[in-house]
Amino acid sequence: MSQKLLEVEGLTTGFRARAGQFVKVVRNVSLSMGRGETLGLVGESGCGKTTFGMTLLGHLRPGGQVLAGSVRFEGVDLFSLAPHELASIRGQRVAVIPQSASSALTPTMRVGEQIAEVLALHLGLAGAESQERVLDLLTQVHLPQVEELVRRFPHELSGGQLQRVAIAMGLAGTPELLVLDEPTTGLDVTTQAHILDLLREIQESTGTAMLYISHDMGAIARVCDRLAVMYAGEIVEDGGIAEVFADPVHPYTRGLLGSVPRLSYAGLPQAMAGRPPAPGQDALGCAFVPRCAFADETCKTVDPILEPTDRAGTIPHLVQCHHWQRVVASGTSGQMQDLKAGIDQGLQPEPLLDLAEVDITYAKRGLAALVARWRGEPEPPLTVSSFTITIHRGETLALVGESGSGKSTIARTIAGLLPPRAGRIDFGGQDLASTVESRPAKMHHRIQIIFQNPDASLNPRHTVKQILDAPLRLYFEMDQKGRLDRSGALLEEVRLTPQYLERHPGQLSGGEKQRVAVARAFAAEPDLVLCDEVTSALDVSVQAAVLELLAGLQADRGAAYLFISHDLAVVRAIADRVAVLYQGRICEVGPVADIYAPPYHPYTETLLAAVPEPVPGARAQLLAKDVQEAEPPARGCCFQRRCPRRIGSICDDETPPSQFASDGHVIRCHIPLEELRESQVDLISAANIPTHGIVADGQ
Amino acid sequence: MRSLSAVPIRLAQSLRSFGYIWRSLRRSRQGTIGLLIVIVHMFIAVASPYIVPYSHHDIDGKNRLAAPSVEHPFGTDSFGRDLFTRVLLGGRAAIGVALLAAAIAVLWGGLLGILLAFIGGRVDEVAMRLIDALLAIPGLLVVLLVVAALGTGFGVLTLTLGYAYGVSTVRVARGAALAYVASDFITAARARGERKTNIVMRELIPNLLDVLLVEYVMRASWALTAISSLSYLGFGIAPPTPDWGRMVFENQVILAVHPWGTLFPVLALASLIIGINLAGDALSKAIGLDRSQEAPT
Repeated sequence: MSQKLLEVEGLTTGFRARAGQFVKVVRNVSLSMGRGETLGLVGESGCGKTTFGMTLLGHLRPGGQVLAGSVRFEGVDLFSLAPHELASIRGQRVAVIPQSASSALTPTMRVGEQIAEVLALHLGLAGAESQERVLDLLTQVHLPQVEELVRRFPHELSGGQLQRVAIAMGLAGTPELLVLDEPTTGLDVTTQAHILDLLREIQESTGTAMLYISHDMGAIARVCDRLAVMYAGEIVEDGGIAEVFADPVHPYTRGLLGSVPRLSYAGLPQAMAGRPPAPGQDALGCAFVPRCAFADETCKTVDPILEPTDRAGTIPHLVQCHHWQRVVASGTSGQMQDLKAGIDQGLQPEPLLDLAEVDITYAKRGLAALVARWRGEPEPPLTVSSFTITIHRGETLALVGESGSGKSTIARTIAGLLPPRAGRIDFGGQDLASTVESRPAKMHHRIQIIFQNPDASLNPRHTVKQILDAPLRLYFEMDQKGRLDRSGALLEEVRLTPQYLERHPGQLSGGEKQRVAVARAFAAEPDLVLCDEVTSALDVSVQAAVLELLAGLQADRGAAYLFISHDLAVVRAIADRVAVLYQGRICEVGPVADIYAPPYHPYTETLLAAVPEPVPGARAQLLAKDVQEAEPPARGCCFQRRCPRRIGSICDDETPPSQFASDGHVIRCHIPLEELRESQVDLISAANIPTHGIVADGQ
Repeated sequence: MRSLSAVPIRLAQSLRSFGYIWRSLRRSRQGTIGLLIVIVHMFIAVASPYIVPYSHHDIDGKNRLAAPSVEHPFGTDSFGRDLFTRVLLGGRAAIGVALLAAAIAVLWGGLLGILLAFIGGRVDEVAMRLIDALLAIPGLLVVLLVVAALGTGFGVLTLTLGYAYGVSTVRVARGAALAYVASDFITAARARGERKTNIVMRELIPNLLDVLLVEYVMRASWALTAISSLSYLGFGIAPPTPDWGRMVFENQVILAVHPWGTLFPVLALASLIIGINLAGDALSKAIGLDRSQEAPT
C-alpha cells in the first residue's frame, strides 16, 4: 500500500471549440485511489463523469485534450505514453466495463471467442489453456452452463447475462483497476441486485480496485467504500461512503441524496432546483451558486478549493465549499413531502376504466395466422392474459413489473394502438372500441399517453407551440389566438414560461422536454393519462420535480393515472393502488399500503428485496434466480420457474387462486395467506437496517 | 381540406431550421466553392439571352472555325456561329430539363416512398417488389426506348427522366421514413386520433425534407449528365437549340484542328457537374447523410 495505485493531479480536459477556445469538461480534478479501493463517482448527467472515467484508461474522445495535470497509474503518466505502451496497460491492467454490454459486444462473434481474444491479446493465451480460462471466467461471474454458453452469440443472451459476459471480459486481463460506467443502468431491479452482488464478491475475492460511475445512489451504496461527487467537472466532495451518506457536507451532495426516492418513506423527496451548467460556461467562483441556498458574495467571486473537513473517519473527508460549516450547522437536509396530502381520500370511487379478462398477443392475425397454423407452427403464448382491473376516477393505479412483463403492452391496448385478442374494455360506463380509428372522435381526448423518452415522443422539427397546438386544434373549437393563449397557460401549469413556445425540443433539457410532454397530454383535458415509465430516463434530481408536477396536476384536474414503472420507491410515493405484473399476468393487486407490507406475493417480495436503498452496507436479498424468461409457462402459476417459495407440482399445474388479504388486496398464490404472513419479514422497515447474513441462495 | 391548407405554412416553418444547414454548408470550403459554381451557372442560364453578343444561329461566314479573339471570345464553329454565345446558351435546356426531372422524381418517388413506409404491411411489401423489378431495368435504357418511340421533345425527356430517377428515390425516401414511422411522436399522434393525412403531412414529412433536399440535388446532377449523354448520342435536346452534349458531338471530328468547339462546352458541363456534386456532398454532410458511397443509376 506504499504507493497509490492511481493518482490524478489537477486534471483538466477539454474539447476544442472554434478559434482555439477549449470547452472544459473535467476541471482541476485531484483524486487518488489505493489498491483494492472501491470508489463511487456520482453526479447528474453532463457533469463529466464518463469523460473522467475514460481518462483513467488514457482515453479522450476525438477532439479532446489534456489541458493541465496528469493521470498516474502506478506512477506512470498515462498521457505521456506512446500508443503501444498504453495498449499494454489498457484492458490488461486497467479495464472498462461499459454501460451497454449489448452494444459493446460484437454481434457476429460467439461470446467465448470474444473473451478468448482478450486473453490472447493481453496474456498470450491460446488453445486449451485459453479455453479453460474462458470457462473459469464465466463461472466466476456465475453464468450457468458455461460450456454451452461460450458458443452462443450476444443476441442469444439476456441483458443480465450480457452484463456478466462484459464483466468476465473486463476481468480477463486480471486488471488492477476496473472502471465501471453505469454497469447496471437499464437492467431490471432483480438483475441489478445480482450484478451488484457479483461485483462486491469479485472485489472481495480478487482485490481489484473499482471506479464505479453511476447516478444511482443505491447501487453505489452497495458496492463502494468511498464516494466522490462530481459537479460541473469538479470533485465537490470526497469521503468514506458511510460518512458521506450519513452526513453529506456539500449542498450538492445533500440535494442529490435528498432527491432519491426511498422505499422506506411513503412520500417523495423535495426536488432540486436548476440544472448543471453546460460545459463551456466558465464563471468565476463556485459552479453550484445558482442552485445553492447557502451562496453569498464570496461564492460568486472566489473559487472554492477541495479541503479537508474535521469529520472523523478512516478515509479523509474532503469538500469544496466555502460554507460547509454553515451547511452542517443548518441541520438535516432534504425533507420528504406527502404527494397525497392535497387529495381528498373520502371520495366515493367511481369506476372510469374497466378491463375484464383482456388477452393481448403479438401473434400473427388473419391469413398469416392461418398459414402459420397450416405449417404446424405452435401458437405463441399470450403476452397478456386474463387481465382484469378497474381504474377509478382521479386515482393513480401503478403497474409494476420487470421489463417484458407486458406493462407497456397494456397501455398500448388501452390507447387503442394494439387491439386485444379477447376481453372487454369499458370506459366511463361505455364499451371502448379496440382501435383508435373506431373510437368516436369526441372520445379521443379522454385518454392520453406520456412516453418514457421525451426525445422520441416530441417531434424534433416542431416548436413547443406546434407540439401543444396539435391536441388543442384536434379536440377543441378554438381560434388560433385562443390556442396560443391556452398553450402559454399550459406551459405555466408545468412550470415553464411562455418563452418556451418558440423553442424546439433540441433546445430543452430532458426534464423540460418531459414537462412539455406532460403539458401536451393535459392540453387534451383527459380523464385518464397513461404514464409509461415517464421518469426513468431522467436524473433523480429532475425526476422528483416531474413526479411532483404530475401529482399536482392530478389534484387540480382530477385525472386518473395508469402509472407504469419499475421503480418501487417512486410507485410507493405516487400510487393509490398497485398491480404487480409478471409475464402479463397479475400476481398481486391492492392499495399501496398493503402491497408494501406482508403478506406479499413471492414475486412482489422478490422485487422489494432487490431494491437498492441508498444505505451503505445494506445488501439485497437475492430471492429469485436471475433469469429472464422469454415466455410464460403454458399452465400453472406464471412465476413457477423463479419462485423462491415454490411448494411443489401444484404450482406447475394449477392456476393459483385469488386470495383476499384485505379489502381490495388480492394475492394470486397457492400458499395460504397465513403462511405467507408468518414467514415474511417487513422488507420496507428492514431495508433501513444493514441486512448482512440473511442473504438467501442466489443461484 | 382544412388541414391541407396549413401545409405550406408548416413547410415554411420546417424550412427555417435549414438555417443551420446553410451555415454549415458555408463553413465547408468545398461546399462554398460548389455553391459559387452552381450560382454562376444558374445566373448564366437565366441571364444569357440578354447578355450574349450574337444570336445562337447568327452565321459569320467570313470567320469559320476561328480561334478565340476579341470578336469571338471562344472562337466560331464550322458554320461560323459564335461559340461563346452557344456555350452560354447551351446549358439552358439541359439544366431546365434536369431541374424539372429531378423535381418530378423527388415529388413522386419521395411521396410514394414515405407513404409506403407509413402504410407498411402487405401493400408496402408488394409495391417494393414492383419497384425492385423496375430498378432492374437501367434508367438510361428506358429513356432511350421512350425517346426512340416518342421523339425528343422537352416534355418527353423531362417526364421520362423524372420517372427513371423517381424509382430509386422511392427506396431512399422509404428507408429514411421507416426510421420515423415507429417513433414515439408518430405513435403519440396516432393515439391522439390524428387523421393519417395529418400524420404524414405534419409529423412525418417535415423530418424528411432534408433527406429529400439532398436527394433532389444529387438527382439533378445525374439527370444533367444523362441529358448531355443523350444529346451527344442525338437523342436529347434537338437542334437548333444549342446544347453542350450536342456541341461536343458536332465538333469532335475536327478536335485535332479546332479544339475550341469541344473544349468550351466540355468545360462548362464538367464545371457545373463538379459544382453540384461539391455542393451536394457538403449539403449531405451538413445534414448528416453521406452519399459518397452511392453511385448514380
